[in-house]
Amino acid sequence: MKKALVTLLAALTCLPAVATEEVNIYSFRQPFLIQPILDDFTKQTGIKTNVVFAKKGLIERVKREGRHSRADLVLTSNFSALIQLEDENLTQTISSDTVAKNIPANFRDPEGQWVALTKRVRNVYSSKARTGKLDALTYEALADEQYRGKICTRSGKHPYNLGLVASMIAHHGEAKTKAWLEGVKENLARKPQGNDRAQVKAVKEGLCDLAIGNSYYFGKMMEDEKQKAWADAVYINFPNQKDRGSHINVSGVVLTKHAKNTENALKLIEFMTDNKAQNMYASMNMEYPVKPGVELSKLVASWGEFKEDSLPLSEISKYRPLALKLIDEVKFDL
Amino acid sequence: MHSLVLENLSYRYDGEAVVNNLTLNVEQNEIVCLLGASGCGKTTTLKVIAGLIEPFQGSVSILGKAMNGASGFIPPQKRNIGMMFQDYALFPHLTVAQNVAFGLTIKDKSARESRVAEMLNLVQLQGYAARFPHELSGGQQQRVAIARALAYKPNLLLLDEPFSNIDAQVRFQLINDIRRIIKDQQVSAIFVSHSKEEAFAFADRLAIMDKGKIAQVGDPKTLFQRPKSKMVAEFLGQGIYIPAQRVNGASVETKFGAVHSLVELGNMDAKGEVYLRPQHITLENCAQGSVKILNQRFMGTEYIYRVTVEGQELEVSHPAHEPLDLTKPISLKIKAHAVNFFS
Amino acid sequence: MQLSLSLSKWQTFAWLIGLSLSVPLLFLIVESFQPDSEVFAHLWDTVLWDYVSNTIWLIVGVCLVCALIALPLGWLTAYCEFPGRRFFEWSLMLPLAMPTYLIAYVYTDLLDYAGPVQIALREWFGWQSPDDYWFFDIRTLPGAIVMIALVLYPYLFLIFRTALREQSFKLVQASQLMGKSPSQSFFKVSLPLSRGAIVAGLALISMESMADFATVHYFAVSTLTTAVYDTWLGYYSLTAAAKISGIMLLFLFLALTLERLSRPTQVVHERQSSVNSTTLYHLKGTQAWLASGFCWLILAVAFIVPTWVLVDYAINYFEQAWNDSFFLYAWQSLKIAFWVSVVLIIMSMLVVFNQRVSHGKRVAVPGKLASTGYALPGTVLAIAVLIPLTLLDDKLNTWFEGTQFEPGLLFSGTIFALVFAYVVRFYAIAQGAVESSYQRISPSLDMASFSLGRNRLSTMLSIHLPLLRRGILTAALLVFIECMKELPAALLLRPFNYETLATHVFQYVSDEQLELASVSALFIVLVGLIPLYVVNRSMEQRS
Repeated sequence: MKKALVTLLAALTCLPAVATEEVNIYSFRQPFLIQPILDDFTKQTGIKTNVVFAKKGLIERVKREGRHSRADLVLTSNFSALIQLEDENLTQTISSDTVAKNIPANFRDPEGQWVALTKRVRNVYSSKARTGKLDALTYEALADEQYRGKICTRSGKHPYNLGLVASMIAHHGEAKTKAWLEGVKENLARKPQGNDRAQVKAVKEGLCDLAIGNSYYFGKMMEDEKQKAWADAVYINFPNQKDRGSHINVSGVVLTKHAKNTENALKLIEFMTDNKAQNMYASMNMEYPVKPGVELSKLVASWGEFKEDSLPLSEISKYRPLALKLIDEVKFDL
Repeated sequence: MHSLVLENLSYRYDGEAVVNNLTLNVEQNEIVCLLGASGCGKTTTLKVIAGLIEPFQGSVSILGKAMNGASGFIPPQKRNIGMMFQDYALFPHLTVAQNVAFGLTIKDKSARESRVAEMLNLVQLQGYAARFPHELSGGQQQRVAIARALAYKPNLLLLDEPFSNIDAQVRFQLINDIRRIIKDQQVSAIFVSHSKEEAFAFADRLAIMDKGKIAQVGDPKTLFQRPKSKMVAEFLGQGIYIPAQRVNGASVETKFGAVHSLVELGNMDAKGEVYLRPQHITLENCAQGSVKILNQRFMGTEYIYRVTVEGQELEVSHPAHEPLDLTKPISLKIKAHAVNFFS
Repeated sequence: MQLSLSLSKWQTFAWLIGLSLSVPLLFLIVESFQPDSEVFAHLWDTVLWDYVSNTIWLIVGVCLVCALIALPLGWLTAYCEFPGRRFFEWSLMLPLAMPTYLIAYVYTDLLDYAGPVQIALREWFGWQSPDDYWFFDIRTLPGAIVMIALVLYPYLFLIFRTALREQSFKLVQASQLMGKSPSQSFFKVSLPLSRGAIVAGLALISMESMADFATVHYFAVSTLTTAVYDTWLGYYSLTAAAKISGIMLLFLFLALTLERLSRPTQVVHERQSSVNSTTLYHLKGTQAWLASGFCWLILAVAFIVPTWVLVDYAINYFEQAWNDSFFLYAWQSLKIAFWVSVVLIIMSMLVVFNQRVSHGKRVAVPGKLASTGYALPGTVLAIAVLIPLTLLDDKLNTWFEGTQFEPGLLFSGTIFALVFAYVVRFYAIAQGAVESSYQRISPSLDMASFSLGRNRLSTMLSIHLPLLRRGILTAALLVFIECMKELPAALLLRPFNYETLATHVFQYVSDEQLELASVSALFIVLVGLIPLYVVNRSMEQRS
């Protein structure tokens, strides 16, 4: 009976199509950001790419699908997702000399479980009209009394802010970071809300003087006719230039444990770490390429050189759960 | 002053005249029945009187006060009208007492309560104040409905087929009760029905309606004796038409012989038809009789015989206490009665 | 030949549906009993109570605002004649087609400090900074309440209006004749008699607002829904998230119980010709204009303004927002919404029919079980669906091991997962609508049919189905529109390269760039109008 069923089902379904060359991607990044690169990849290699995009839950989906999962790659928008994938044992080693050559070691997992593809800085924007450029600004100073009621930011629980708080813990310890968070909360002009773009908008409209936000939003706003006016109203500041450097976050990729198209997937990873894709990926979203020597987009280059916090991401990510706890404890978002 | 005056009332629905140029007066303390087959426009007329719909033309006035026209349309809630619905429309979420008190405008609590008690007393439902409508029988619900409709002393009471959901056995008892109550309270009432038995028992005057018009108004006896049209005659009771010739003002000649009329013939034409009901004809055992009995029905106090004579089939009523001997020849005779002679 | 199904088979169907639709929830509950390394305890100590109180306020607020909007609107269009009544009868349903994530976005854009309204005010009055004046902040709990209520009020409007027309029309007429003013009749007759309908509507609304994620997230209002996401995605604890979902289920059962308790003990069966084409009150002069004005106001705020803003975006950003794949996305959205509606109608018919013909204490249980998916936020539901489906796939693959057939992710990796999730999520809506119109069919019709030799199946098909037409259409309409709008489950469960209009819009909304997706957003709204139009046409033809 089983045999009959098998023949029947095999005849009826064309589901696990083996014939075509393809690579399947679960993406936390919006399709409009990655599609041009994927199209280019297909053009060059003839390998088809299939994408599922979601902002939430993809890791759970990979996990639940287990050995049958059709996902070969997961593209993430921040490093905590990379670490989580690794922690949940959903990854396999990316063994590629090309990748090792292209990407500096501090932007790769020591075990080779993930690779960063782009990086972005957690900047502080300041009002041109009211504050001016703040070259000496530090993250720590955001808790100072002089900024009472002058700061805007998005939810403390957003991965970008969590990353920043985790790095604060890594540098200063739990107690100090909690006090700092309380100070920042005290200084907020309004309850955390919106995305980074909305914070710059609020500075333009005079609701606050300082806004915490990623660098790329600034670039994207410059490109938008309507939003350019907002971006024009602020300076971009790289904090902590005099000491450890600015906090950076990365987007990245993992090869899933049960990938079926490993070879194709590796090809795509290699493709994405190469000059052209690095340039495209970074400039598409106004981010910084991870591969050294790749040309920046003109706009991003115009923001100037800056010093990065050199503490490894894997170190910072250890404090992420604690960061979340502290955010809850000080009721940062409420 | 008339309790209600309807003048040239018309109402159209989808371009069709449902009520057509209708005129009617109701005297004070009078019960008038709008009697007619379904679809004749009687319920629509009732709704127009109540103000639930606006007439297309014509006027309604209650106790001399115009309800529509130049002075504006008076909405139902300002007309002080009581209404009994076919399905009673008792509020299921209110008790009997609350239902009865619903229309009262008296603010004083004890006065309200005493009025409710008085009304419940009137309809003999003293012990039921705290019950809910669904806990009552149909007849009891009906009595609550009448108590509710009369409690606030309306200028006019409208009844929309109120007895059609009541068992036949108690119907006429109830009709008597409610007629007594309405007369007690000295209210004018308009009553809509399709049953002439109910109408005879309940109303002082009948207005027979046909196709949106009033065919004839009058007390039952007049309608019976002097129907203005065949429609009215037929509506009041089944019968057959027999060709007839006018002899003089009080008799006609038919193929069954001369028939004497107890009232003067309404029609002056020489030739016409008489409308005969079973009650107008008698049968008797008689040697020359040529009547053939087709069947007989026993009705309790009478027999209805279906017979044929001289090629004519007709029905005859015969008292039950003096049965015919069907084995012997039978002859037929037409009694003297108020003859309905039509041309 | 008549198909025949014995009673026990009906019960089996109902229980099968009830159980299979509650499977995801069951797995979630099992999950919630796992140890969770104190995440839950930590939340309990810190923010959980704020979340709970925010959730309660949100539900209470949304219900209140919905009542304030929908009850007057329902009463006006059911009983009063005023300019535009027939237009408002259906047009006031339009906001149903507007997803909350769109309306919230549009209004934030308009009313934000940096939005055109406040800028215009500042220019007009010469204010310089936010300290110079007060303006309500839309990104707050009250703001979220208003936004959600604007989209959800049509549920109450629809249910209340139907109750007024079909159940208490005659009684209000009676009340009116007894000298009661319209407002007296409303409070003394309509309101108490429609209590069941109102509570049913509010129960739906509370469940919807509890499950809302888009608006509260966008407005940074922390409710239990956001807490579920935070714990799951922030603390990586599905277990703690499942525990919080458990709290939400308590709310759900509370809502369902309230709804059941408030059902009138005495059911009013529909009598023939009880639907009247006339109205009770002719509004004239100022009153008529006030009534029209109120309807226009709500319609404008809930539908015309947001649609207009979308049109404006679409015109200004047309080149970036146009996409050749729209028709494909729209087609896929329509297709899945259609099939989910069909499946749900059949399922809810079977379950409700079983409730009607079977006896015993537990007849209502399958329906309740099947309804539990309604209060789960989309993403949580998606995961809850994934757990059993992936397990099933795994077992299936093991079973086929060694043969040349490899099913792969036959259930969880295909469109099946998506349809299943939608069915679980929206079953409660379908059942609610079908059930309420079932109650209006007199049981004597069933007996008449049985006595004429028809069996149960035939009675359902030839007697109930035609009489339920309106209820079924309403159910299908509500489900259809919800499917068109539903997002989180679609995002997570879809197969590769599968886009619906909603998922396409979301990739831009998630980046706060709705402008670039304005054309597809308009598509969602427009496509939602189609079933509204169809249902409205069929209702008009009947009355």
